[in-house]
Amino acid sequence: MSEILVLAEGSEEGPDKKTLELFRVGTDLARDLGIEASAVVVGENTASLATAAAGYGLRKIYKLEHPLLKGFQPEAWVGALEWLCRQINPRVLLISHSFIGREVAPRLAFRMQTELTSDCLGLGIDPQDGLLIRTKPIYGGNAIATLKCAGLPQMATVRKNVYEPLEAGGPASEIVALAPPLEESVLRVKSLKTVPEEVVELDKANMVISGGRGIAEKEDFELLEALARALSKTHGKVLIGCSRPVVDKCWLSSDRQVGLTGSIIAPDTYLAIGISGAIQHLVGMIRSKKIIAINTDPGCNLFKVADYGVVEDYKDLLPALVKKLEEQS
Amino acid sequence: MKEPNIIVCAKQIPDPEAPFSDVRVDVENKEVIVDAPNVISPYDENALEAAIRIKEELGGKITVLSLGRKVADTVLRKTLAAGADALILLEDPAFERLDSNSTAYVLSRAIQKIGTYDLILTGRQAGDWDAGQVGLILAEWLGIPAINLARSVKIQDDRLLVEKTVPVGYEVVEAGLPALVTVSNEVGELRYVSRTKMMALLKRPAPIPKWGAKDLVDDPARLKTIQLLSLAPPPDMRRECVIIEGSSPAEKAEKLAAVIMEMR
Repeated sequence: MSEILVLAEGSEEGPDKKTLELFRVGTDLARDLGIEASAVVVGENTASLATAAAGYGLRKIYKLEHPLLKGFQPEAWVGALEWLCRQINPRVLLISHSFIGREVAPRLAFRMQTELTSDCLGLGIDPQDGLLIRTKPIYGGNAIATLKCAGLPQMATVRKNVYEPLEAGGPASEIVALAPPLEESVLRVKSLKTVPEEVVELDKANMVISGGRGIAEKEDFELLEALARALSKTHGKVLIGCSRPVVDKCWLSSDRQVGLTGSIIAPDTYLAIGISGAIQHLVGMIRSKKIIAINTDPGCNLFKVADYGVVEDYKDLLPALVKKLEEQS
Repeated sequence: MKEPNIIVCAKQIPDPEAPFSDVRVDVENKEVIVDAPNVISPYDENALEAAIRIKEELGGKITVLSLGRKVADTVLRKTLAAGADALILLEDPAFERLDSNSTAYVLSRAIQKIGTYDLILTGRQAGDWDAGQVGLILAEWLGIPAINLARSVKIQDDRLLVEKTVPVGYEVVEAGLPALVTVSNEVGELRYVSRTKMMALLKRPAPIPKWGAKDLVDDPARLKTIQLLSLAPPPDMRRECVIIEGSSPAEKAEKLAAVIMEMR
């Protein structure tokens, strides 16, 4: 019961950024507790990820390898991690609030009969009892809750882009290779195929133009696209985004959704059209350098968080705006 | 093909679309006060929509479960108007602020009390605490397979066929029944429920069963609540907004174009 365990994600090239952020939290908490932090890598062949992860001064890198751990089959991953937890009894278990973390952490918490706090923005140690103090946004970010839970391991998933990634350095970690005993029968959900789709990476854009509930029909997104084309001549990479109701209507795919359960982005310019500004959406775009809002309702929330606002119907404003921009360029 | 029994878990929460200016944090009492009506958590509405589409194809029965300290059946009756067949409220003061494990436990007890089921659908996460845990843990309590983040749910030849959203696109997975699926908003929004249909239901309200802790839980000590240390308002997000004025859309567009070109 003496170490902090961190689930490391990444590729052959090494741990990814969110994992290095987790290494940072794990190392900080270990120092507060006077214990050591280790990491676990999971997969069919994790040699290069483990070697790369060993360069950050952690105590150990546990390497869980098994043919069933190829790709990401949640039931196999949960089984392997449960087995490891029973072997080493970690005091704290940290996982990124990633695609993998969202799926693995709650089940693992159940198996260990402990309570998980998900999507944490901050973690600390209560000096009185050594328990994890967990800080997480609730009501979409309208309130920040701080809580403690009983149970071991103390478990949390951590939101990405909150902590600074840990720099490489320190003594090399000991790599401990383990083969969890997994049976084919744990796989009750069978993967038939994965269909890759063109995925838009909104966090790579210099400018994002988003439409929301106020956009009257699907075809009107052509007005936003025309604006994006005009601005891409002068403003770098310009992409179309949206708020949740647009995805609910199946007008745009979810990779374009900005907000709590979509992308959390910070472009140079964010243009919000017909978006009233529910907190779930604001969480996703509030760190944008400049925010412009276009809405017919002068009382809408987006005007409260924007740098510039235009009270106008987008159907009238956008064509005129595109025309103006084309004249100027 | 067998007509499936589908259970949908739906939580009643303060409207998460409410403007942030209508939300207040009572620091002293560690409570969030939302000046907006209660609604069904949006992802749970997506789950209900997925259930209704299966029922349209295969027939069967949809039962909605909703758990809370006090659940307003006026809010939840919308599920019946939209196409659910039965609604059961799990209501007890002891159900307030339960942690995810205990919430899932009470739901599992209610589902065992119902007895037969083929498919359980939940939203991917509730719009108040956004934990995203109860569905997956419920499947653990029941010992059934779970699939997370579905964008399409179908039953074919008594097997479950789900498209789940993954970072590179989507994955098609298959499982036997019974199983649990957490539903994401890509499924599509809950169909429109007309006001007249809602009003008709409210005028002739069918009795809605209410189950409390004593109906479901042998040992009340099993129910654990969230140990909240403090609750704080969020960091201030407000900016000084310059409203671009003009007598016509063209004039506003001209001024806005100038502002945007300044931002290069």
